Amino acid sequence: MVDQRPVKIKVRGLSKVFGKQPKKALALRDQGLKRSDILEKTGQTLGLSNISFDVYEGELLVIMGLSGSGKSTLIRCLNRLIDTTEGEIIIDGENIPTLGEKALLACRRRHFSMVFQNFALFPHRTVQQNAEFGLEIRGIAKAERKQIAHTALKQVGLEGWEDAYPNQLSGGMQQRVGLARALANDASVLLMDEAFSALDPLIRKDMQQELLQLQTRMQKTTVFITHDLDEALNIGDRIVLLKDGEVVQIGTPEEILTQPANDYVRRFIEGVDRSRVLTAASAMRPLRTTARDSDGPRTALHRMREHALDSIYVTDRDRQLLGLLEAEAANTAIQEGAESISGYLTQDFCKVPPDEPLHHLFTMFSEKSFPIAVIDEQHRLQGVVVKGAVLDELAKAGEQ
Amino acid sequence: MEIPRLPLGSWIETGLNWLTSEYSVVTRGISRFTQTGINSLNDGLMWLPEWALLAIIALLCWKLSGPRLAIGGAAGLALIWNLGLWNPMIETLTLVVIATLVAVIIALPVGIAAALSERLYRVIMPALDFMQTMPAFVYLIPAIPFFGIGSVSAIFATVIFSMPPAIRFTTLGIRQVPVELIEAADSYGATRSQKLFKVQLPLSLPTVMAGINQTIMLALSMVVIAAMIGADGLGSEVWRAIQRLRPGDGFEAGIAVVILAMLLDRLTQSVRKTSK
Ligand SMILES: Nc1ncnc2c1ncn2[C@@H]1O[C@H](COP(=O)(O)OP(=O)(O)OP(=O)(O)O)[C@@H](O)[C@H]1O
Ligand SMILES: [Mg+2]
Repeated sequence: MVDQRPVKIKVRGLSKVFGKQPKKALALRDQGLKRSDILEKTGQTLGLSNISFDVYEGELLVIMGLSGSGKSTLIRCLNRLIDTTEGEIIIDGENIPTLGEKALLACRRRHFSMVFQNFALFPHRTVQQNAEFGLEIRGIAKAERKQIAHTALKQVGLEGWEDAYPNQLSGGMQQRVGLARALANDASVLLMDEAFSALDPLIRKDMQQELLQLQTRMQKTTVFITHDLDEALNIGDRIVLLKDGEVVQIGTPEEILTQPANDYVRRFIEGVDRSRVLTAASAMRPLRTTARDSDGPRTALHRMREHALDSIYVTDRDRQLLGLLEAEAANTAIQEGAESISGYLTQDFCKVPPDEPLHHLFTMFSEKSFPIAVIDEQHRLQGVVVKGAVLDELAKAGEQ
Repeated sequence: MEIPRLPLGSWIETGLNWLTSEYSVVTRGISRFTQTGINSLNDGLMWLPEWALLAIIALLCWKLSGPRLAIGGAAGLALIWNLGLWNPMIETLTLVVIATLVAVIIALPVGIAAALSERLYRVIMPALDFMQTMPAFVYLIPAIPFFGIGSVSAIFATVIFSMPPAIRFTTLGIRQVPVELIEAADSYGATRSQKLFKVQLPLSLPTVMAGINQTIMLALSMVVIAAMIGADGLGSEVWRAIQRLRPGDGFEAGIAVVILAMLLDRLTQSVRKTSK
């Protein structure tokens, strides 16, 4: 599938060597040596090797990997807090690794706001002054930046704390300040390096929720780093999985879970509560048969018999779902000599969108015995989910 | 076989002689300028009646620290006044203030430069070690051919002797700023000078103040020793007491030095705390 969304950042063939003779390390890599061998032979760390991916406009892209996999290095290459060794990072037509000093400053100001794992708030500045920092650097007038920072602080729920100093706030609140500082800056990309990792689990969940809400509201392109798979699955539109400085898999949370690229990913996703991220679409079956509203009752009944069903979904010409016809109702229609089945449909069944979490479907099955209809935004019938399929899918997830 | 002795001392003397004769215009200019500064500050402080200056200092202590320092400071100064050491104390204070001022004005940019450039750091730090481990008296000797006997030479020697901690602590303070905060500033596109003035300097201020505090203490001790080359003040009181074998007078002047030292120390420390 080719994604048509506009690309915000294009990363191609990005590598980073920590050491004095990067060429030598890359040559060894090209001979097929592993990161650990290169370290042993040259004393240099191959931080990133040949990384390519896109960040789409408005998406929340998660970069995930274990400690040492190169996540921080990667995100710091994006705004060039770390110089790259080879490769391209294109944002709005500019190649970041080759920018001159002035152009780099301008590029950082225009495109990047960053949120840090340990907050990195300025202890000598108040909450308000921290939030204003990016604007101050860009030379925005005092009154204006005060206004903007105030709005950003309100957005993260810190109204009334403007004059406090960071050390007077709890960890969660400090990171809200960090977020406000980034939002106030209104750069086109938000970079978050393990932004929630230093927070308590409960506060962390809250912050994830809030970030998601902000994200839906503002559609800000975000690159979010985490070593936590749950977090990645919870907030990511797509996930880039790193291992030892290389990309292992890129995909939506569901793709990563249902089609792991290799054993490493499979092991990585062990123990995830998958019912939470599996959706109706993953357990959905294509329809074996449907009836049209113009069909007569005999035709409909015939189709049901053919496929051993005791009910059939009825659509119009555009596959818009009209209702469900039960075998009994079809018999009644025949006895009453009806021309079409349209007067005998029931609406007494469940319908869900494709991205409905799978575990919601459980409760629906206990109410009704019909298969659940999956419909898209235009109310067109996409498929059905039968009870057995949900259990199968979850069981499969549990086994792996 | 005998290895000839290196004529290190005579080399240094030749060098110093050359410097004094080549740069006598410069040194005389500096000398006159400094002497004017010393005289006007001294006259200004002496012009104030004792009780007025005492009240001003007590008030300053109250503002910066609290009632305890204010009362202690006032009592200490009153004792000095009572012992008849007020004028020597003012002379000493003047020398300390001017020497510290000059030292800090030189030390701040040098310290900043050493913090920001690895190469300068590697040149400056050994030079500071040298300046600090050289016995203090030694600085007095070359000061005389440059500036003659008296207060200007004292200031010169004092500046060299007391400057290292201010440089060292400025460098340390800037280098201590967490990498993350530097990254934060960089990530928002801060220029070098924005980074310096908005992040590095404010965050290193407490450390810089600690360095300035040490500089003041060293300056005070040196100014007292500089009585040997004719600097006025409490040191010359001590010096005179030694020559006349009058231990009582010597101790009185010594106690005045201690009082002044404690006062200056506590004052600068409270400035440091408020800047935190
Ligand atoms: N400045 C550096 N000099 C040398 N090696 C480095 C440097 N920075 C990172 N590395 C190495 O590069 C590799 C990737 O580091 P990086 O910090 O990007 O990992 P990470 O995925 O962010 O890990 P973590 O979860 O621990 O933050 C590690 O092996 C690390 O030791
Ligand atoms: Mg990291």
